[in-house]
Amino acid sequence: MSATDQESETNGSANREPSDRADVCVVGAGPAGGIVAHSLAERGHDVVVLEAGPRFSFEERIRRMERHQRPAFDQADVWEMGGERDAFSSSGDLNYPLNDVRVKGVGGTTLHWIGYTPRFHEKDFEMDSRYGLADDWPIAYEDVRPYYAAAEREMGVAGGEDNPFAPPREESFPMDAFPASHSDATLSTACEELGIETHSIPQARNSEAYDDRSQCVGYGTCHPVCPSGAKYSGDVHVRKAEEAGARVLDRVPVQRLEHDDAGERVEAAVYATPDGTEHRQEARQFVLAGGAVETPRLLLLSESEQHPDGLANSSGAVGRYFMDHLLHMTMGVVSEETRQHQVGFSTAATHQFYDHEESTPGSFFVAFLNYAGPSPVELALENGAWGDDVVDAVSREYGTHVGTEALVEQLPDAESRITLDTSRTDDHGNPVPDVAWSIGDHGVRTGERALEVQREIMDEAGARITWSTSPRQPLSGSHPMGTTRMGADPETSVVDERLRTHDLDNLSIASSSVFTTGGAMNPTLTIAALSLKAADHVDEDL
Amino acid sequence: MELTRRDAIAALAAAGVAGGGAVLVASDRDRGSESNDDEGATNDAHEDIVETATALAPVLYPSEVDDAAEFVRTYVTGRIENDDDHRTGMADAVAALDAHASEEFESNFRELSPEQGDRLLTDVGLDRVRPDPAGSDLERIRFYLVNELLYALFSSPTGGELVGTENPPGHPGGLESYQGAQR
Ligand SMILES: Cc1cc2nc3c(=O)[nH]c(=O)nc-3n(C[C@H](O)[C@H](O)[C@H](O)COP(=O)(O)OP(=O)(O)OC[C@H]3O[C@@H](n4cnc5c(N)ncnc54)[C@H](O)[C@@H]3O)c2cc1C
Ligand code: SF4
Repeated sequence: MSATDQESETNGSANREPSDRADVCVVGAGPAGGIVAHSLAERGHDVVVLEAGPRFSFEERIRRMERHQRPAFDQADVWEMGGERDAFSSSGDLNYPLNDVRVKGVGGTTLHWIGYTPRFHEKDFEMDSRYGLADDWPIAYEDVRPYYAAAEREMGVAGGEDNPFAPPREESFPMDAFPASHSDATLSTACEELGIETHSIPQARNSEAYDDRSQCVGYGTCHPVCPSGAKYSGDVHVRKAEEAGARVLDRVPVQRLEHDDAGERVEAAVYATPDGTEHRQEARQFVLAGGAVETPRLLLLSESEQHPDGLANSSGAVGRYFMDHLLHMTMGVVSEETRQHQVGFSTAATHQFYDHEESTPGSFFVAFLNYAGPSPVELALENGAWGDDVVDAVSREYGTHVGTEALVEQLPDAESRITLDTSRTDDHGNPVPDVAWSIGDHGVRTGERALEVQREIMDEAGARITWSTSPRQPLSGSHPMGTTRMGADPETSVVDERLRTHDLDNLSIASSSVFTTGGAMNPTLTIAALSLKAADHVDEDL
Repeated sequence: MELTRRDAIAALAAAGVAGGGAVLVASDRDRGSESNDDEGATNDAHEDIVETATALAPVLYPSEVDDAAEFVRTYVTGRIENDDDHRTGMADAVAALDAHASEEFESNFRELSPEQGDRLLTDVGLDRVRPDPAGSDLERIRFYLVNELLYALFSSPTGGELVGTENPPGHPGGLESYQGAQR
């Protein structure tokens, strides 16, 4: 779409020369990079943000929504993913659809996320002490708790106090929760019969006007694009960072980081502009916020004499312990109308199975879909028919679908990992990332249990099940995590509890890549909370 | 079932055309008075597209929809007015459709009766053609004309109601209807 090019060329950031003097250089302009940049720029620091992808215009979102709905386009076309720039390999037990789970550009992957923002539960930080599984984080829920509250305010979270399983909180949500949907009633009633308690879902979506952004108006296309801006996305904080004085350069993928002679401090981020020219952005502090695949990749690409296995990798953990949430779905039809696809987000879930007693099966939660089955618009355009035939065809397919989804925990495993595939290169001649994803026994057994619960709910609701995933073949939850893990011990982890790499004094990471374990809660609120924490520590050192 | 101006504005909004109201005024003016500017060629192409789309509506839209002319005129005008690429794509698809119409009926598509129009689309096998804005003649007809008008209808509240939802995806119909059973 030409609008991105035009915008990039006409806006102030078209100057892609490095800044003379910067306090902080942030790599990546998703929510993590945006929040760090805003937090530091607001405190008066000179911040430069380097983003690989383009700046997308807000006005074009509605056209992107049309692309999403019209069968002539691939989903990757919506946010212009794919091609040489985004080449990757997937060599694990399970195929990893990397370009379906990320967007490159100002706003990052939150441009096409759905927007659920639960906090991690306390147990997620204590897997070893509670269950003898994996490792504890070096920080506890209590340490993150104030940052969670701040992140909920920053992103604008609508939520309710009706979840008896949620971890303790100190204040109410910034906005009221979205009320349950018509079809939630069908599945919630079934849950009641089964003794399963359901509740609302916190989400970064405006149930009322908030932070100068519109109330949700029901386009129903949240994933992959919200034309109204009611769904939070990272560009909100990138814009605020710019208003606070930060400089944001788009279409400047960072190629590698360069350090001083001692190998103790990063000196510059070397980035390429669209015409292929390379520049060095120097800064006193560096924060990597490129997501859990590109961040370890960049560290591996930055190998040097002093750091022969990649930067910040004396532990050998960079790229290892790659996790995702396993997405299990069970779809069906019922006899009554369920009116799906009016909004693009869920409004009821159960966390009842999250805080388990035995170590395995582990944590999962189940949510009810408001977008089960095919969308009527897409059906009408895909069917081929016209006139009365198209109405018949759509009416037959649309109307009575229900669906449940579960996010399921997997444990970190050193062999599930990101490496460089040196047999293939991207548009700048760099080896592409290879994702070798495996989910382990704990993941399989927890998935079995989650599917069992979904089936019980659907059966009780009288649904005829039409499709479900299988325990060994989950879908990706689109939540890559764990590849620069946090820990107290430099021998086994990449960053410390200040989110600073053990090996380099001025290099921090704001990303789900620092998660020691991944739990089963959607990660972005925790990413935002840790980004605020990382910014505090960088500020202390400036 | 009537397609209203509100539907046309909603459909235009779903297609990314802001200010549907202004477009309505423009389309009223265009129809009400003789055009006196000298951009004749553009206006002709514009008129051809609108006329052809209006002739397609009774073929493509279900019989429950009474009179779609106003809706289609408003929608198509809004869609092509400030979007040269889209206007070129649609004009080009109209020419391709007219070539098929001439072959079978020796006239342009907009002069065919709805029955003849339906027969033409069936004869060329358009029900099996994938839409592609950069594809063959038939693929472009499917994308720029058939799917264009189906998208306009089914992303509007009235079109949605035909299949069971007054707030179809693409239509910003608010937060009430997802919560309720009634339509
Ligand atoms: C379909 C889908 C649905 C989702 N739904 C939810 C949900 O409901 N709840 C939830 O919590 N999470 C959800 N997520 C995940 C969520 O989008 C991510 O957790 C979040 O975007 C991560 O933020 P980030 O800033 O760390 O990384 P990203 O958002 O991925 O941003 C990273 C940015 O860094 C840039 N970058 C990378 N490498 C470089 C480099 N070398 N140089 C310069 N720039 C670089 C990238 O271009 C990108 O713009 C979903 C994801 C998907 C795909
Ligand atoms: S339903 Fe989704 S896409 Fe529509 S306004 Fe609400 S958040 Fe945005």
